Amino acid sequence: MTATDAHREIDAVWRIESPRLIASLARIVRDVGVAEDLAQDALVAALEQWPQAGIPDKPGAWLMATAKHGAIDLLRRRALLERKHEELGREVEAQQELAAQDLDAAIDDNIGDDLLRLMFTACHPALSTEARVALTLRLLGGLTTQEIARAFLVAEPTIAQRIVRAKRTLAEAHVPFEVPRGAELAARLSSVLEVVYLIFNEGYTATAGDDWMRPALCEDALRLGRILAELLPTEGEVHGLVALMEIQASRSRARVGPSGEPVLLLDQNRAHWDQLLIRRGLAALERARRLTGDALGPYALQAAIAACHARACTAAETDWARIVAFYDALVRLSPSPIVELNRAVAVAMAFGPAAGLELVDGLTAEPSLRGYHLLPSVRGDFLFKLGRFSEAQAEFRRAASLTHNARERELLLSRARACVGGSTPPQP
Amino acid sequence: MRFLSIYKTAERSVPPSQEEMAKMGKLVEEGMKAGFLLAVEGCLPSALGARVRLSNGKLTVTDGPFTESKEVVGGLAILQANSKEEAIEMAKQFLVQAGDGECELRQLFEAGQNTQASMTANP
Repeated sequence: MTATDAHREIDAVWRIESPRLIASLARIVRDVGVAEDLAQDALVAALEQWPQAGIPDKPGAWLMATAKHGAIDLLRRRALLERKHEELGREVEAQQELAAQDLDAAIDDNIGDDLLRLMFTACHPALSTEARVALTLRLLGGLTTQEIARAFLVAEPTIAQRIVRAKRTLAEAHVPFEVPRGAELAARLSSVLEVVYLIFNEGYTATAGDDWMRPALCEDALRLGRILAELLPTEGEVHGLVALMEIQASRSRARVGPSGEPVLLLDQNRAHWDQLLIRRGLAALERARRLTGDALGPYALQAAIAACHARACTAAETDWARIVAFYDALVRLSPSPIVELNRAVAVAMAFGPAAGLELVDGLTAEPSLRGYHLLPSVRGDFLFKLGRFSEAQAEFRRAASLTHNARERELLLSRARACVGGSTPPQP
Repeated sequence: MRFLSIYKTAERSVPPSQEEMAKMGKLVEEGMKAGFLLAVEGCLPSALGARVRLSNGKLTVTDGPFTESKEVVGGLAILQANSKEEAIEMAKQFLVQAGDGECELRQLFEAGQNTQASMTANP
C-alpha cells in the first residue's frame, strides 16, 4: 500500500481506538495528559511499522500493548527518580500486574468504566466550558487539534494551548480519574451533557459553505451521546439528550432551501426528514420515559416536543395541545424567557392567537429578550391573526430592525407590508 | 458519512445455535456502544425469499433457496463513519468476531451537507 493509503487507514484506526486506549492508560497512570502522550507514542510506532508490516487484525490490541510498555517504562523511571522503597515496591507490583495481565481481557473488562471516567474527567467543572469542549473532542472524539480548530473557526495554536492548559489544570488540581457517585453524579453528568449538546449546536448552526468539519460536529456529538447512553443506560436525561439530537439531526436535509435560505420547521418538506434518525430518536425518548415515567427531565422534554413534530406527517397534523403540555412542564423545570416565548407560540397554535398574545405580553418587559427579534416577530404574528393590523405592522418593523440576518429582515418587512390592507403575506 | 454494509456469508443448513445468536447479539451491542451503528438487520434463510428480475421487459421470479451462490446476504448494517477507511475498520472488527464472510461497503447518497445561516430559533 502507498504511504498515503496507510496513513488514511491508520487515521481511521486512531479515530476509533484512541478514546479506549487513552481511557485504559489513564486508569493506569492516573493522568489524562500522560495517558495521551503514551497513546501518541504508540501511534508514532504504528506510523513507523504498519506501512511495511501491514495493519494488524486487532489494531487496538497492538496499540494498547505498545502503549503499556511505555507505561511500564514510565512507572519504572518514576520509581527510580523517587527512590522511595515503598514506592518502588508498589511500582514493581504494578509492573508485574501489567506484565501478567491478558491484554485483550484488560481492554474489554474495564473499558466501559474507563471511558466514563475519561468523559467525566474531560468535562470536569474545574475547566472552562471551552476547555471541556476541546478536551472532550480531543480525547473522546479522536479529533486532531487542527480538526477542532477548523470546526470552531479558531486558530490552531489557540486550541493547542487550550488543551495543554486544561491538562495542566487537571493535574494541578489532582482531579481524580473516577466516575462521580451519588448526589455528585447528577451535577457532573449535567456538565457532560452540556458539553455534548454544545458540540451538537455548534455543528447544527454551521452555514452552507462552512468547512465540512463544522456540520460534522453533529455526528461527533451524536456518537458521544450514543456511547454515553450505553455506558449510563439508567440515566434518563442521557437518553433524552440523544433523542433530542437524533430528531433535530433528522431535519438537516430539510432545513435549508435551494438558495441556502433557512426554512422554518412548519414549512419544511417532511419527505426530507430522515426517518432512520427519527426512529432512533423516538426509541431513545421511549427509553427515557421508561426510566423517569412522567417526570421527564429538560432534555427529554425538549425531545418530546421535537417528537410531536416528527410524528406529524404534515404541519397541520401537529398535536399542539400535547406540545403545550410539554412546554408547561419545561417552563416549570427549567424556566427561561426563551422557553416561555416558544410556549406562547405553541399555545397560540393550540388555543388561538389571543391566548398566545396574553402570554407574550407578559414577556415584553423581560430584559434578556430586549434585543431579541423573535419577540416582536411572534407578537406581530399574533396581532396580525387577530386583525390588529397597524399594531402588527409596528411589531414586524421593529423585529426587522433587530435581526442581523438579511433574509430574515426581508421576510419580516414583507410581513409588515402585508399588514396594509390586511392581505395574507407571501409564503417564504 | 453513511455506509451500507451488506454482510454475505455461506448459507447454513441449520438455524444458528443459542451460542451463535448470543455472539451476534454481543457484536451488535458493541456496535451500538461505539455509537456508529445506525441500523442493523438480520436475514432469515433464503428459502423464505425470492429474486425478482426485469429483463428485456420480462419479469421473472425465482424463489429461494439460492443454492447456486456460495454466499448469500446474511444481514445489513448502516454505519456512521467519518471516512471509507473508518467504515472498513468497523467492518473488520465485526468480521474478526463474526467469522468467515464478506462485508460489502457502499457509501450512501446524502443530500449535500445543507446547513443554514444562523437563526436564533433553530428549525
